[in-house]
Amino acid sequence: MLDAKIPSGPLAEKWTSYKGHCKLVNPANKRSLEIIVIGTGLAGASAAASLGELGYKVKSFCFQDSPRRAHSIAAQGGINAAKNYQNDGDSVYRLFYDTIKGGDYRSREGNVYRLAEVSANIIDQCVAQGVPFAREYGGMLSNRSFGGVQVQRTFYAAGQTGQQLLIGAYQALERQVALGNVEMYARHEMLDLVKIDGKVRGIIARNLMTGKLERYFGHAVVLCSGGYGNVFYLSTNAMHSNVTAAWKAHKHGAYFANPCFTQIHPTCIPVTGDHQSKLTLMSESLRNDGRIWVPKSKDDTRKGNQIPEEERDYYLERRYPAFGNLVPRDVASRAAKERCDAGFGVGTSKQAVFLDFAAAIKRYGKKEAGKHKLPLDNEEEIIRLGKEVIKEKYGNLFDMYEKITGENPYQVPMRIYPAVHYTMGGLWVDYELMTNVQGLYALGEANYSDHGANRLGASALMQGLADGYFVIPYTIGNYLADEIRNAPIPTSHPAFEEAEKQVSDRIETLMNIKGNTSVESFHKKLGKIMWDKCGMARNAQGLQEAILEIRALREEFWKDLKIPGSITEFNPELDKAGRVADFMELGELMCLDALMRSESCGGHFREESQTSEGEALRNDAEFMFVAAWEYENGREWRMHKEVLEYEEVKPTQRSYK
Amino acid sequence: MEHYTMNLKLKIWRQANRDAKGAFRNYEVSGISSEMSFLEMIDVLNEKLIENGDDPVAFDHDCREGICGMCSMYINGRPHGPWEGTTTCQLHMRAFHDGDTIVIEPWRANSFPVIKDLVVDRSAFDRIIQAGGYISVNTGNAVDGNAIPIPKDKADASFAAAACIGCGACVAACKNSSAMLFLSAKVTHLALLPQGIPEHDSRVKDMVERMDKEGFGACSNTTACESVCPKEIKMTNIAYLNKEYLLATLNNK
Repeated sequence: MLDAKIPSGPLAEKWTSYKGHCKLVNPANKRSLEIIVIGTGLAGASAAASLGELGYKVKSFCFQDSPRRAHSIAAQGGINAAKNYQNDGDSVYRLFYDTIKGGDYRSREGNVYRLAEVSANIIDQCVAQGVPFAREYGGMLSNRSFGGVQVQRTFYAAGQTGQQLLIGAYQALERQVALGNVEMYARHEMLDLVKIDGKVRGIIARNLMTGKLERYFGHAVVLCSGGYGNVFYLSTNAMHSNVTAAWKAHKHGAYFANPCFTQIHPTCIPVTGDHQSKLTLMSESLRNDGRIWVPKSKDDTRKGNQIPEEERDYYLERRYPAFGNLVPRDVASRAAKERCDAGFGVGTSKQAVFLDFAAAIKRYGKKEAGKHKLPLDNEEEIIRLGKEVIKEKYGNLFDMYEKITGENPYQVPMRIYPAVHYTMGGLWVDYELMTNVQGLYALGEANYSDHGANRLGASALMQGLADGYFVIPYTIGNYLADEIRNAPIPTSHPAFEEAEKQVSDRIETLMNIKGNTSVESFHKKLGKIMWDKCGMARNAQGLQEAILEIRALREEFWKDLKIPGSITEFNPELDKAGRVADFMELGELMCLDALMRSESCGGHFREESQTSEGEALRNDAEFMFVAAWEYENGREWRMHKEVLEYEEVKPTQRSYK
Repeated sequence: MEHYTMNLKLKIWRQANRDAKGAFRNYEVSGISSEMSFLEMIDVLNEKLIENGDDPVAFDHDCREGICGMCSMYINGRPHGPWEGTTTCQLHMRAFHDGDTIVIEPWRANSFPVIKDLVVDRSAFDRIIQAGGYISVNTGNAVDGNAIPIPKDKADASFAAAACIGCGACVAACKNSSAMLFLSAKVTHLALLPQGIPEHDSRVKDMVERMDKEGFGACSNTTACESVCPKEIKMTNIAYLNKEYLLATLNNK
């Protein structure tokens, strides 16, 4: 039975009560306790910096050339916080409730409430660090709306919120490096965990510049290695985002929870051809002002701006009048797929819908003209003024769109289509963010805990920073307080030796396949299977086929892979081969999880389980649990259930109509 | 937008490691679509090289959406290629024509040693930040976000400087390999904010000292950095830095 260790007592007092009772480590002892942090995104950088400030000896690892490059940097739209600066009725409870509902009642109340509770502190912390959030003329912080919510609680820095937050955390981290509290290992990749007597005691990392394997000891290891969306090959993730660190932990006994919960983001630039290497997101914030539509008639080849108003189907506004274009991501994505599958898609591939700003440009233009006492009948001038406003709000996104597509979105509607963006599943963790392996923690997107079956926009940044700045500094002390008598274990210990040998053997095996097919080709094939059969819509037959196809592909991989170069040099192809090998195993588990969960919930849509109107149909009687999978061998997993108990909210069928 | 395909000649700098002697090598790629990104064109080349048993071209890249700052190619004599305000990964092949020859080199600066081919070591930038590119506030020390009102124009100017992605194009473009645009963007970002004021004297002095130690050259105002910056960071930041530095030196206690 999985014990989530949720503190007893009323929901609103759990975290306060926990903080008041958890064990502490005195400053002198902190100096002799070592912590390894993997990854330097929002969760990792904030954790490493905060733990360093507390006085622990921290080692921080990232595979990029600098911790500032981690993929949190690409988050665009914003970060939620229950500040209620707009006086529009927001509160900790509402943020908690929206997150639980948005996650389609598949997340844990205790964790989510804590997330909402610390959200306000995050904004304060970031402002203190000098994060230049958008402001109003009076100097106060500005907010905007995001999907699935009826209050304005999203803080932002143009379309570069992730960048600004990450730079804040990165600078805090570099300050600790300068103070000697954190040792930074860039261009290093964790390739295994070391466990001694049931507890995590360190890692084996590979120096990506030299190819050398290195051993590092830690009293605890904190995984902040991000999500696994790249299992689909095409996603909005960075090219090197991967599951390897989390997967190695999984192989050492850490349960992998709800792996099939994947978020497909509704507004991404469509695929143009087989050469495509990644997909680019157009921030959800665009749905504040953009209207989504397709032509009313099939195969309409006219340009978007040449199709008259009455021949357009604003299908989100039609189907979901209460939330309109701001329905949650899973709902918006499925609705786009439905229209395209029915033949109403636009563009050459017909796999796209329009995101149109013409109405917003006019609306803003009129407002500006009014403000400056200009005539309201000069259409041209109004459009010019409106474009200025749109440019200030979304300029960088519009530029990016134009660079990629060659089309000017101020003049023609954007073409967008859903793409893999985020993974709600991840390593199972308890209330303290510890996995079921002693001393091993998972933070941010790497864990599964807060977003259930669907994450709301602007909540990933919130969760990463909540975990790193405000949760782990308390919970890790509760564990390390019992470690103060344990001196660091020398890395000459046989467990380190054995782990290094296994890593080294695997690398040798990969290099010695000497087949004919590149890593990239295998990754593309895996991605296609996953997208076709474990993507936006899933069914039992497809999932069963996918499992067999992945197994066959995996076999071929280990027979026919071709890696150029050698082990002891800078060799990105070799780095990637190890990651793709892990993705193949994960892909199978995702399909297995999706097959087991024969209900639809959040981003997981099983075609067998839908209402007569085509909406997702949840099955609380059978599936109100977290599926935590235990690795048995490369072929089999054992499922453990954590039953979700809702004390505060009453799960209902989610409706945004 | 009309799409087209093209055949191209590529002249790429190959260098096995930091100490090896590098050289240009010639390659050809065919059937390149104008819809591809520049890095997808390099992907095509690399797949071909792997197939033929050759060593693929090593290059840094990650987000491929112009924000992580990892990609760093010197294309036809210009960091990040011909488009203004664009990173290499956002450059698309419709910038080129059938039959073109494209010359691709790494960033060239003593402070950015080559690791392999087009990959360079930019850790000097991290060390400049370590010297003072932050506001010294521990987690948990913060007051309410709205307790520190910041005029919108200051906040916007600070944000514009903070948009730097640390790619190093400014250094690569500069004949002196100066890191002044990078450094000044950070100093400006922090010095414009009320939170950054208590440390602004020591910050600017420490960061400049570190930059000099890392071997970056001086600024001679050619503005090459500004013209290639993919985030369009302005030269006025350098003027601001010089003012800050001068005041800090005069305030020297």
